[in-house]
Amino acid sequence: MAERSPRGALRRGLTFWRRSIQARVVASTVLLSAVVIAAVGWLLLQQTQEGLLDNRVDAVLAEAANETAEANRGLTRVPGTDVDVGTQLNDLVDPIKLRGAARGFEVVLAGPAGSGNPLSAGGTRSSPGLDVSSVPQSLQERFAGPAGPGWTFTRIRVVQPDGDVREGPGIAVGSQIVLKADGEIYTLYYLFPLDEDAETLSLVTRALLTAAGVLLVLVAGLTWLVTRQVVTPIRLARRVAERLAAGELQERLRVTGEDDLARLATSFNQMASSLQKQIRQLEELSRVQRRFVSDVSHELRTPLTTVRMAGDVLHDARRGFDPATARAAELLQTELDRFETLLADLLEISRFDAGAAQLESDDVNLVDVAHRVVDMTRVLADQRGVAVLVRAPEHGCLAEADVRRVERIVRNLVTNAIDHAESRDVVIQVEGDESAAAIAVRDYGVGLAAGESAMVFNRFWRADPARARTSGGTGLGLSIALEDTHLHGGWLQAWGRPGEGAQFRLTLPRRAGGVLRQSPIPLVPEDSQELV
Amino acid sequence: MTATELTSKGRVLVVDDDASLSEMLTIVLRQEGFESRVCARGDLAMDAFREFRPDLVLLDLMLPGKDGIDVCKEIREESGVPIVMLTAKSDTVDVVVGLESGADDYVVKPFKPKELVARIRARVRRLDAPTHEALTIGDLSIDVAGHSVTRAGQSVNLTPLEFDLLLCLARKPWQVFTREVLLEQVWGYRHSADTRLVNVHVQRLRSKVEHDPENPEIVVTVRGVGYKAGTSQLPGQ
Repeated sequence: MAERSPRGALRRGLTFWRRSIQARVVASTVLLSAVVIAAVGWLLLQQTQEGLLDNRVDAVLAEAANETAEANRGLTRVPGTDVDVGTQLNDLVDPIKLRGAARGFEVVLAGPAGSGNPLSAGGTRSSPGLDVSSVPQSLQERFAGPAGPGWTFTRIRVVQPDGDVREGPGIAVGSQIVLKADGEIYTLYYLFPLDEDAETLSLVTRALLTAAGVLLVLVAGLTWLVTRQVVTPIRLARRVAERLAAGELQERLRVTGEDDLARLATSFNQMASSLQKQIRQLEELSRVQRRFVSDVSHELRTPLTTVRMAGDVLHDARRGFDPATARAAELLQTELDRFETLLADLLEISRFDAGAAQLESDDVNLVDVAHRVVDMTRVLADQRGVAVLVRAPEHGCLAEADVRRVERIVRNLVTNAIDHAESRDVVIQVEGDESAAAIAVRDYGVGLAAGESAMVFNRFWRADPARARTSGGTGLGLSIALEDTHLHGGWLQAWGRPGEGAQFRLTLPRRAGGVLRQSPIPLVPEDSQELV
Repeated sequence: MTATELTSKGRVLVVDDDASLSEMLTIVLRQEGFESRVCARGDLAMDAFREFRPDLVLLDLMLPGKDGIDVCKEIREESGVPIVMLTAKSDTVDVVVGLESGADDYVVKPFKPKELVARIRARVRRLDAPTHEALTIGDLSIDVAGHSVTRAGQSVNLTPLEFDLLLCLARKPWQVFTREVLLEQVWGYRHSADTRLVNVHVQRLRSKVEHDPENPEIVVTVRGVGYKAGTSQLPGQ
């Protein structure tokens, strides 16, 4: 479970995402706002940075020019006789170093120009602790020969007195002076740190980020509120629609106000009312219809009983009649039987239509049922010269079902098969697995044409209206069988092909109320599958 | 056929409002050797019953004047004479209500005359050769010849059907009777019939003979099989 729970959470999340408009609208709004805010923020930051740096560069250049001018002024004051280059350089650099320490910039004096020595080679004078590699190579190259003042961005590395190395962004400015002592050109590099500007910038960045965050939360909240106002009525409508679909036709939406949603609710309610009215009408109509069938069937029973008894009396006395009258009495008797069966079937159907049929479930062995049905239909089978075989597992096949109804289903299937078997065998196959039990009745007679396998269950349906009805079936047998099957939550299906016979398969759940997924017996019989 | 032969088979009161059916029933019953009288109204049924003193009543459930169920109850208050209901609806509660109000059996229209006659014969057949048998079941003693059941000297009033049912169980106290077997032995059905008949009459029998019908000790239910006579003797007996 431990490794499945994150996946489960993910699936739940995805489901929520798919189902909730609110979530999607909020998320997309927040995403778009985030993109816009990021772009605007980035632009603002760029502008601020540029402005800050431009200002700083201007100030730095002015200060560097100032220092150089001051140094040049110092040089002009020095008497030309003093030729000690080192002293003169020290005199030049030391005041700048002091001022630099006070104002926060570093200085490097390199030179003379044209010597080709890089700064790292030594022989330079610089502020204490400054790493001379802080002066970028590109700037050094610029001042390889005589050149005007120039600047570039760099990173300044300073070794503190306690040994720590401080590194930070900075601006390197270079300008050249001519030393009187030897007439050579020396380059003065000033290194101005940008720490303060960096701090200002990060402050601005932080402020912008905070603002962006607050803005996003605000946008999300607003969107959530707005969508909720729209989504809540929609969800209510959905719930009411579901209840309507479930048959609670009196459900209605509450209408408040006069806005679009209220009008939607009004229209919805009107639709529900008109549906309810029509459904009621249809229900009433079908109830009257069913009631009529049931009443007619019942009303027919009392006179039929009298006729039946009279017929029996005549039938018993037929030996004393002349042959024609005797035959008439016999015909009366058989047709009364048929009439009675038809009436019983009609009543059964009307009972199903009224929803009055009830299951009396018990454990039923389908193999026993098959054998009993074979016994019951033996007379008919012998008349037709049909042998009915049972193929069943020895251990039996139990299912929770109403034995009377299951027997009736199988009897209907078997008599139907015998009727159409054309003197060939009829095979009853019983099979079961852990969730379903099935019984299939196969005949090798006329078979069913394409599309007929669904129609065989229709009431009073006949494959060929011209074909004589011989067994006296009522035409309701398979319809009743199908209704009986539905009552069990089972399947009753037919397969057939012209000339190859037909197979009817009944599948029942092993436990009452169980759901069927598959049948233990294939619908298309195995002896026919290779022809497919 | 002579008049003595007619009376020997038994007297049947037909209570049905359908004149044709009643007449037909009379014809068939006469052919089978029963004497019969027709009553077409429910409210006149009791008078006819007292006057005719039938051995069996054929009772339609839907009657003018008074409901068949009420007629059935009134007859039961006075007598244990077998009552066979005629009904057009076999699946409704009518059947159960009719059985609970005292009817012994029912026949569904349209019935075959032979079926009806078989039902009637099964109900009016009295013990051909009375044996002087004395049986006990629980704390009840049954006098087969005298057709009476007593508990501690007190007579327990049973209808003939209930008596037959109790007798059937008491004669073989070691045997568990399925409902089908009881239908055959007590009601005379040769084919499986409605087992509600058995259930309803066992309930009625229990309400008369058990000390506590909720916890039966004389007619015991064997789950999934049927019924048997209770074996446990009550203390003090």
